[in-house]
Amino acid sequence: MVKITIDGRPIEVTESTTILQAAKLLNISIPTLCHHPKLTPFGGCRLCIVEVKGMPKPVTACTTTVSNGMEVTTYSPYLEELRKTVLELILSDHPNDCMVCEQAGSCKLQDLAYDYGIRENRYEGERRIYPNRDGNPFIERDLEKCILCGRCVKVCDEVQGVEAIDFGYRGFRSKICTNYEEDLECEFCGQCVSVCPTGALTGKQWKKKGRKGGQVEVETTCPYCGTGCNITAHVKENEILKITSKEQTWNEGWLCVKGRFGYRFVQSPERLKRPLIKRNGKFEEASWDEALDHVARRLSEIKEKHGADSIGGLSSARCTNEENYAFQKLIRAGIGTNNVDHCARL
Amino acid sequence: MTNAISEIEGMEVIFIIGSNTKETHPVIANRMIKAYRKGAKIIVADPRLIPMVKFADMHLRIRPGSDIALVNGMARVIVDEGLLNKEFIREKTEGFEAWKASLEPFTPEYVERLTGVPREDVARAARIYGSSRRGGIFYTMGITQHTCGTDNVTALANLVSLTGNIGRPSTGINPLRGQNNVQGASDAACLPNVYPGYQKVDDPEVQKKFELAWGRPLSPAVGMTSTIMMNAATDGKIKALYIMGENPVITDPNMHHTVKALESLDFLVVQDIFLTDTARLAEVVLPAACSFEKNGTFTNTERKVQRVRKAVNPPGEAKDDLWILSEISRRLGYEMEAEPEKVFDEYSKLWPALSGMSYLRIDRHGLNWPCPSPEHPGTPYLYKDGFPKGKVPFISVAYQLPAEVCDDQYPFVLTTGRNLFQYHSGSMTRRVEQIEAHAGEPYVEINPSDSENLGIRNGDTITVRSRRGEISIKARVTLRVSEGTVFIPMHYREAAANVITNDAFDPHVKIPELKVCAVNIIPSAVSAV
Amino acid sequence: MQKNNIEIRVCMGTGGIASGGAEVLDAFRREIESSGIRASVRENCSTHRVGCRGLCAKDVLVDVAIDDEKVTYQYIKPDMVSRIVKEHVLENTPVTEWTVGEEYHNFHKKQVKVVLSDCGRLDPESIDDYIAADGYEAARNVFTSWTPEQVIAEMKASGLRGRGGAGFPTGTKWELARANVNDDKYIVCNADEGDPGAFMDRAVIEGNPHSVIEGMLIGAFAIGSKKGYVYIRAEYPLAVDRLRLAIREATERGFLGKKIFGSELDFEIAVKLGAGAFVCGEETALIASIEGQRGMPRSKPPFPVNKGLWQKPTVINNVETLANIPYIMRKGATWFASYGTEKSKGTKVFALTGKIMNTGLIEVPMGITLQEIIYDIGGGIEGGKKLKAVQTGGPSGGCIPADMLDLNVDYESLAKVGSIVGSGGMIVLNEDDCMVNMAKYFIQFTQEESCGKCVPCRVGTKRLLEIMERVTTGQGKESDLELLEALSASIKVTSLCGLGQTAPNPVLSTLKYFREEFEAHIRDKKCPAKVCKELIIYSVIEDACKGCGACLRACPAGAITGEKKKPHRIDPEICIRCGACFDVCKFKSVGRD
Repeated sequence: MVKITIDGRPIEVTESTTILQAAKLLNISIPTLCHHPKLTPFGGCRLCIVEVKGMPKPVTACTTTVSNGMEVTTYSPYLEELRKTVLELILSDHPNDCMVCEQAGSCKLQDLAYDYGIRENRYEGERRIYPNRDGNPFIERDLEKCILCGRCVKVCDEVQGVEAIDFGYRGFRSKICTNYEEDLECEFCGQCVSVCPTGALTGKQWKKKGRKGGQVEVETTCPYCGTGCNITAHVKENEILKITSKEQTWNEGWLCVKGRFGYRFVQSPERLKRPLIKRNGKFEEASWDEALDHVARRLSEIKEKHGADSIGGLSSARCTNEENYAFQKLIRAGIGTNNVDHCARL
Repeated sequence: MTNAISEIEGMEVIFIIGSNTKETHPVIANRMIKAYRKGAKIIVADPRLIPMVKFADMHLRIRPGSDIALVNGMARVIVDEGLLNKEFIREKTEGFEAWKASLEPFTPEYVERLTGVPREDVARAARIYGSSRRGGIFYTMGITQHTCGTDNVTALANLVSLTGNIGRPSTGINPLRGQNNVQGASDAACLPNVYPGYQKVDDPEVQKKFELAWGRPLSPAVGMTSTIMMNAATDGKIKALYIMGENPVITDPNMHHTVKALESLDFLVVQDIFLTDTARLAEVVLPAACSFEKNGTFTNTERKVQRVRKAVNPPGEAKDDLWILSEISRRLGYEMEAEPEKVFDEYSKLWPALSGMSYLRIDRHGLNWPCPSPEHPGTPYLYKDGFPKGKVPFISVAYQLPAEVCDDQYPFVLTTGRNLFQYHSGSMTRRVEQIEAHAGEPYVEINPSDSENLGIRNGDTITVRSRRGEISIKARVTLRVSEGTVFIPMHYREAAANVITNDAFDPHVKIPELKVCAVNIIPSAVSAV
Repeated sequence: MQKNNIEIRVCMGTGGIASGGAEVLDAFRREIESSGIRASVRENCSTHRVGCRGLCAKDVLVDVAIDDEKVTYQYIKPDMVSRIVKEHVLENTPVTEWTVGEEYHNFHKKQVKVVLSDCGRLDPESIDDYIAADGYEAARNVFTSWTPEQVIAEMKASGLRGRGGAGFPTGTKWELARANVNDDKYIVCNADEGDPGAFMDRAVIEGNPHSVIEGMLIGAFAIGSKKGYVYIRAEYPLAVDRLRLAIREATERGFLGKKIFGSELDFEIAVKLGAGAFVCGEETALIASIEGQRGMPRSKPPFPVNKGLWQKPTVINNVETLANIPYIMRKGATWFASYGTEKSKGTKVFALTGKIMNTGLIEVPMGITLQEIIYDIGGGIEGGKKLKAVQTGGPSGGCIPADMLDLNVDYESLAKVGSIVGSGGMIVLNEDDCMVNMAKYFIQFTQEESCGKCVPCRVGTKRLLEIMERVTTGQGKESDLELLEALSASIKVTSLCGLGQTAPNPVLSTLKYFREEFEAHIRDKKCPAKVCKELIIYSVIEDACKGCGACLRACPAGAITGEKKKPHRIDPEICIRCGACFDVCKFKSVGRD
C-alpha cells in the first residue's frame, strides 16, 4: 500500500494504482478524453495533467502510478490554462458543428468545451477534411470529428482482438485507418462506437433518429446468443432508436454486431400483426377469439380422438422462462402429455 | 457452464473444442481475450481455422468427428506422464482403473491417424491442460451435434475428472449455449422427461408434487423429443403440434423430411413473430411479441437469470406469448396465470435452485442459480462442495465413426455452423437490412486446393449434394477449411444447409449429427430439373 | 631506399563511394597487380577500404603510407591512379599537386579522435583489422576478469553521458538496469539517426562497426543481458550491410553467441530496420517499433530501464555512446575523463554544415569554444561573409548568436543559452540566412514527423507552423509573437515525448536572440536576409538598366516588359519572386528589396 495526498487529501492505495484512479476514489474528477476505464492508459489527450511535488513538469494522471509520499495537485490556474490550451487545439481541428451532430448532448468534447467556456479560439487554423467514403452498413465514421484519442484502436485490439484499425500517417495528417483503408478485418461489433467520446463514430441505423432528449432507456437482455449481454434499448415514440450497453454491466458494455446493430427486425414490416387461419390452403386474417377458439377446438378434438399423446409441443429457446414454464405446463397439465421439447439440440 | 463468464479471465488454460467462440459468442470471446492478455494459454481444437486461433497457443486441426480420439489421446498422455490429479481421483471419482484401461488403444500413432493432428501436438496440448489446475474447457455444438455427441461430452468430463479441473473459481467445464434462453427453456422443462428443475416425470414422488401444484393428474410416461416427434408425425402417431417460436424446417436436419412430417399432421399451430417457413405450413398462426415487447426473464449460459423488459408495444394485434398460452389454456378448461412476475414466483417455488429469486432481487444484475434462499448470493461456479450424486464416475468411451463417412460418390465432409453476423434460422437477423447488406448471401467454404482440382473459382455458384438433397450455393475459397472439408453456415433458407445434412442422431439425447455428413461438390449450379 | 611496407587507404564511406571510391580502389588494385611492378613491391603493398575521416567534401580521399610516412590525396579519380602508383608508390615521389592542402591539416589539428580514431584507418569489413588494433581486447578482459559492478563503476568514473541528445550518464543507466532482477534484459543500440544533417552514427557504423558491437557486449555484460538489438534506419544501406557483416564475423569468432570468451555468458545481436520515422529515435517509440507496433512513444515513467522492450528492463544507448566504450575500457576512465569539462567528459562528434569552409564530421573535446570550431577547424565562413548564428541540436535545439562565440560547447553551456548538444548537428548561418525561415523549417520538420498521438505535438506544432508561415509570408500580426511564445510554452510542458517537448526550441531561441527579425517580417513586411520570397520586391533600377533583354528572357512568369535598349519594368503583380532576373542581370540593375 502507498500513501499519497491529492489536493491535500490523504489516501492509501495499492502500488499499481494510477493517480487518476486514486483521485476517483476521493471523488476528485480530473478532466479526460482519451482515458477509458476498461482500456489500458494512452496518455494522448494530455488533459489529465496534474502537478506532482518534486517533478519538473506536470504529468498525466492516467499513466502515472502512485509512489509513496506523492503530493498531487489536480487543480491550479496553471494547470487549467494548460488544459484550456489543449482543448483549444483540439477544437481548432474539429468541425464544431454540434447543432447537427448526432452526439450532441452525449459528447465528451462538447461537455469539456462547455466546462472550460471555450467560444473564442486563439489557435484557429487548417482543419482536416476527409471525404466520406464508408461502404459498410453499420458504422458511420466521420473522421473530421475524430480527435485521435485512440480509444477505438485500443478497444478493437485489447477487447475485441481484431486490430481492424490503427493510427496511420504522420503529423497533422495522422488519422485512424482500417488496414489499407478497407473494412476487411472488421467484425462490426461496434465496440469502437461505444467508446468514441465524440461524434466521429456513430451507428448508421440511428442517424437522424433523434438525440439524447426525449429518449427512454430500457434495461433488458440481448435476444441473441446464450451469453445474455445486458443491453439498453433507447426508445422514443414506440421505436427502438439504438441499442447500447453500460460499462457497469457484467459484460462491461461490450456487445457484438448482432446485439448492437441487429434490432431492426422488431420494426420489420413483415412482423405478424393479426392471427391467421388457413382456409382452402390460404391464410386469412382472423380475430383473436376466432383463432384461439379454433386452436382450442382442434386440440380438444384430436385429444378426444387420438389421446393426449398424439399431441406435441415445441417450445422456444428464444422465449422467456415464464413462457417456457407456461408452455410445458399447458402441454402437461392442460393437455396431458409429456411430448414437449425445444431446440436445445440445434 | 459450471463457471461464471466473468471467471474466464482468471483461467490459466482455456481449452476450446468444437466452439467457434469468436463468432457465435463474441462477448465471451472478449473475456477469453482478456484472459489471454493476462497470460492464459489457449488451445483450440477445431477442423476450421476459426478466428479464435489468432489467440491460441495451439490449434489442433482435427478431422470432423474425431473428438473422442483427441480427448482420449490427451487423457492417455496425462496418465502416462503422471500429470493426473491423484487426490481428486481418489476422493471425488470412481471407476478410474477400468477407464484407464479403456485408454489403452489410444496410442499416439492411433490418435494421430484418426485426428490428423501430429502426435507431438496432442502430447503438448495434454501437457498444457494436464499441468494446469485452473483450466477451463469450452464446447458447443461442435461437440454435441454428432451421433456420438453424448460420448464426446463424456470424454471431456473424464478429462476434467482426471485433472480435477472443476469446482473452483475459473476452473470448470463450460458448454456455451447457442441461444439466449436455451438454458432457461431446459430449466423450465420444455423437455420430455422432466418437470421444471430437471425433476423426473417418471418419479412418482415428483409426479405427485406437480399434480398437487398444478391441480391436474399428470402423465408418468416420458414424452417424445422433437426429433422423435417429427418421425412420429410422419408415421401418423403425432397428429397435432403446437410450435411456439421455433422454425424446425430450417433448423432441423434433412429439411425434406421435416416438411413431410409437418405436412402429415392433422393440425399445426405456430406462434411466432414472423411467417417463418414452418409457420407457412400451419393451420393457425398466432402473432407473438418479441423480447423487446414483453416482460420476463432469460437464463444465460452461465445460469444467470436476468430480466427482460418491455421497451416497445408489439405491432398490430400481436400479443405476448404468456397471454396467448393462458387464453388457449383457459379455452381448454385449465386456468393459467398470465402475469410474468406471478408466473416466475409460481415457477421458482417448484424448484429449489430458483426459490431464492424474485424480480426484485434479480433486478439489474441477475443471479446465477442455484439460489435456494432469499439471502443466498447465487452460485457463480458449481460443485464447490462436491457433486450432487457423490462420486463422479469415469465412463469409458470408444471412438466411433460418424454415421456417414466419405466414399467415392460423396468424397467431401460437410460440416455446418454459424457465422458472426447471422443468427440461427435468420428469422430475426435476416430482417435487419444492415446485416443483410453485409452478410446476406449464403456460401460454402472450400479449400483452395480442392477448388483448384474442381476448377472452381471464388464466387462461382456450385452444387453441394448429399444422399438427402442438393443446394446451389456460392463458393468461398478459403484456408479456413482443410482439404476435403467444406463448411456451410446454417442461416440461409435459400441455400439451407439442412436440405443436405444427415438426420442420424445420438441415441441418448437424440441430437442430430449436423457437424458431419458426406457430400459431393459439382462445379455448377443445380440444373433446372 | 628499401621499401618495407606500403599501405594505400581509400575512403569508402557513403561519401567516398558516392564520389567514386570503389572505382578508385579498383584502379589501385589493378594498377598494382599489373604492369611491370616489381614483385617485392606487390608483396609489401596492400590496399584497404576505410571508413569516413570526416571531410567528405574532398572525397575521394586516399592515403598512401610508406613506412608510416603518410601522404593524403584529395579529389582522386580513377584516371589519376596510375600516376600516383608510378611516381609515389614506385618512386617515392608524392604527386604534390594532388595532395591535400593546409586546410585539411587544420581541419584535423584541433580535433581529438576517440570514436572516430579508427575510422579512416581500419577496413570496416575486416574483423582482423579491428582485432589487430586491439579490438575485442576490452570485451575479453571484461568477460574474463571483471565484475559487472566494476564495469559500471568504471563507466561512472569516465563520466560518459549519452550522445544521442539527452546526455544521461551511461554508467547510471546501466546501474539502474543492472539493479532490475529479470531473466530477460535487453540492450538496444539506437542507430535511428534522424536529425537533418547529422550523420555521425552512420559514419561510425560504416567506418568501425565492431566498436559498436564491442560496446554492446560490454554493456550486456554490465547489465546482464543475453540479447541486443541494433535499431537502424533502412535508409543507411551501407551501414546495415557492414553491421550485419560485422555481427556475422563476430559470431564466427565466438565474440557473440554462446559462452562468450569462455565464460558462461551468452549474447546475441539482432538488427532491426526502421521505416524512416524520425520519432522512432525516441526510445519508447523505438521500443514500440521493435515490438512490431507503430512507432509511437509511451508515457514515462515507467522508464525503459525498468519496463522497456517486451516490458523487460532495457538499456538504450546511442551509437556514438557505445562506440566510446571499448576505448574507455581499453585506456581507462581516467584517460577519458581527462578530456572535456567538469560535467561533460570526453569528446563529441559534430556534423559541421552550413555556410562554412570545411563542412564535415568533426570530433572535438567537450568544452572547446565555438570560435575554435568555426574558425580553426571549420576554416571560417564561406565567401568571407559575416557569421550570424550557429544552430545546434537540430529540430530539438536552438541557435546561438554570433556574439557568443566564446561559448564552450558542452551539455551545460549550450543548455544555458537555450540550445542543446543534441545528437551533434551544427549548422553555421551567415547574413544570407533568415532566422525566422530557419525556425519555420525545423517546425515544419517536427510537425511532419509528429506521430500524432498527443494533441500538443500533433495540433500544436501545426498551429506554430501556421503562425510561422503567416510571418514569413507577410501575413503576420503583432500579436503573433505573444501567441508563439504562449503556444510554445504549452507544447513544451504538455507534450508526451521528447519530440514534442523540444519542438518549439528553434522558435523560442530564435525569438530570444533574433526578435528583431520577426518584427521586421511582421511590422515592415521585410525579410532582412532576403530569403522569404513573399517579402521580396524585385524592381529594375532604371539608371543602370541597359535594356539588354536578358531578364525578360529569363523571367518564367512573363512579368518583365520593355523595349530593347530601354529600361525594362517588372510587374510586381505577376512576379513570382524567383530571382531569375536578379541572377541573370550582368549590370546589377535588378534591385531586390
